[in-house]
Amino acid sequence: MDIFSQQLINGLVLGSIYALIALGYTMVYGILGLINFAHGEITMFGAMVSLAILHALLLHTGLPTAMIFALALLGAIGFCMALGFSIERVAYRPLRNAPRLAPLITAIGMSIVLQNTAMLIWGKKFLSFPDIIPIQRYQIAGANITNLQVAIIVLAIVLMLGLWTLIQRSRLGRAMRATAQSPELAALMGINPNRIISATFMLGAALAAIAGIMVNAYYGPAHYTMGFMLGLKAFTAAVLGGIGNIAGAMLGGLVLGLIESFGAGYISQLSGGFMGSNYQSVFAFTVLIIILVFRPSGLLGERVGERV
Amino acid sequence: MMLRVANLHVGYGSINAVRGIDLQMNQGELVCLIGANGAGKTTTLKALAGMLLPTQGSITLWDQPITTLASHQRVQHGIALAPEGRGIFARLSVRENLLLGAYLRDDHHAVELDLQQMYALFPRLSERTRQIAGTLSGGEQQMLAIARALMSRPSLLLLDEPSMGLAPIMVQKIFTTIRAIAAQGMTILLVEQNAKLALQISQRAYVMENGRITLSGVAAALLANPQVQQAYLGG
Repeated sequence: MDIFSQQLINGLVLGSIYALIALGYTMVYGILGLINFAHGEITMFGAMVSLAILHALLLHTGLPTAMIFALALLGAIGFCMALGFSIERVAYRPLRNAPRLAPLITAIGMSIVLQNTAMLIWGKKFLSFPDIIPIQRYQIAGANITNLQVAIIVLAIVLMLGLWTLIQRSRLGRAMRATAQSPELAALMGINPNRIISATFMLGAALAAIAGIMVNAYYGPAHYTMGFMLGLKAFTAAVLGGIGNIAGAMLGGLVLGLIESFGAGYISQLSGGFMGSNYQSVFAFTVLIIILVFRPSGLLGERVGERV
Repeated sequence: MMLRVANLHVGYGSINAVRGIDLQMNQGELVCLIGANGAGKTTTLKALAGMLLPTQGSITLWDQPITTLASHQRVQHGIALAPEGRGIFARLSVRENLLLGAYLRDDHHAVELDLQQMYALFPRLSERTRQIAGTLSGGEQQMLAIARALMSRPSLLLLDEPSMGLAPIMVQKIFTTIRAIAAQGMTILLVEQNAKLALQISQRAYVMENGRITLSGVAAALLANPQVQQAYLGG
């Protein structure tokens, strides 16, 4: 097995997932200047709700597995969009004109509330993804690649291209970019800024739901605390790419996934076996610190790209 | 009567910028609102566009009260504002700015025709459709703001200081275009510091001072009024 090509594919899978979550952070920041720290929990709810639907349907119906999976996916997306919408309405909108610290603290509070809600519903157990995806393995360039990995990367690319097209080409996307630049000016065009803000939260939540399912299907059991670390990593990815910058979030996610993956793959060799792949997260947060110190505007920077 | 403003008061916090003004406009009129810096002209326009909510008084458009409507709802009622200074979406292209002006319209074919009309009205913009609006010159940005406001097919066009910060030749160009737009039947309320130019192209005018309207009447008469000449036309 070739470590390099193996870590490359692992990093791309991880990076795709980070990128999908990071987009939610960056879109909300672009439009409101707010870090939605509850976004990681939306990812967790995506995993949890899809699991609940999967288990219920597998147990009580004889529907084909593919259809059950599709229903779970759509159900989780729908639930998370409603959740994202509600979070903005309940926690952020009343503080729209408050000092910036207030919504930030509320965001952390919201994250705690959501975590504990999930714990009350699903308990503290680790919940595994049911065995419904027949895994196939391929040997390519010395790396072990599964069909699930390929599916995650392809789906993430399709979603990111779709989002990019939506933001650059559609009427909604234009309205989002206009609102990000100036809500007052956007309103003069007949755009209702509140609706655009709601749409932004829902769009980010939909991507987070899909990412949550990917994490659950690929990395392992879902848990009510899983959103915390995922959210933190995706936030790091968004900062790495340049918070507020859409292309930056995509790039930041992929780069962070690759850094973590290569770091974890090679650290054992480099440290003579002293440190293992459990140091993976250290790389992510080292990157965050380096970026914050030396290039706070991120790889692409906020000014270069399109803010939404 | 198309627009009727009665006893309008608007303030920012404890500052009362507009203190009880009355103003009327008929369909197809070009009316200007002139006055010194800080007289409350821009505040009046912002209140008409819904960017500021009045503390007192009423605004009616075609006998419908719109006093409490938010700006995006007023666009539906046919009000469009070309804001002062650089009131454009600087990071979006010229074409995207214009399309945003037509945001509420779903007659795509007609929107496309109107785009072509705007390019005919402002040929400078037609050469720059894909350019990022923030890279346009000041005059071009002003043209874009006016064209974008027209894209909503408003019944009432509000223009805030279209001459601000522009070279005299560009000011001439903009004012010629405003006159042309008015000639096509558009109802326009023009706020201007350049009182002479504004009075020359308007039919009627209001003069504002310290948040109140102190004079009003036919523009030509105000242009000849010694009081106005001394205060606003440089003697």
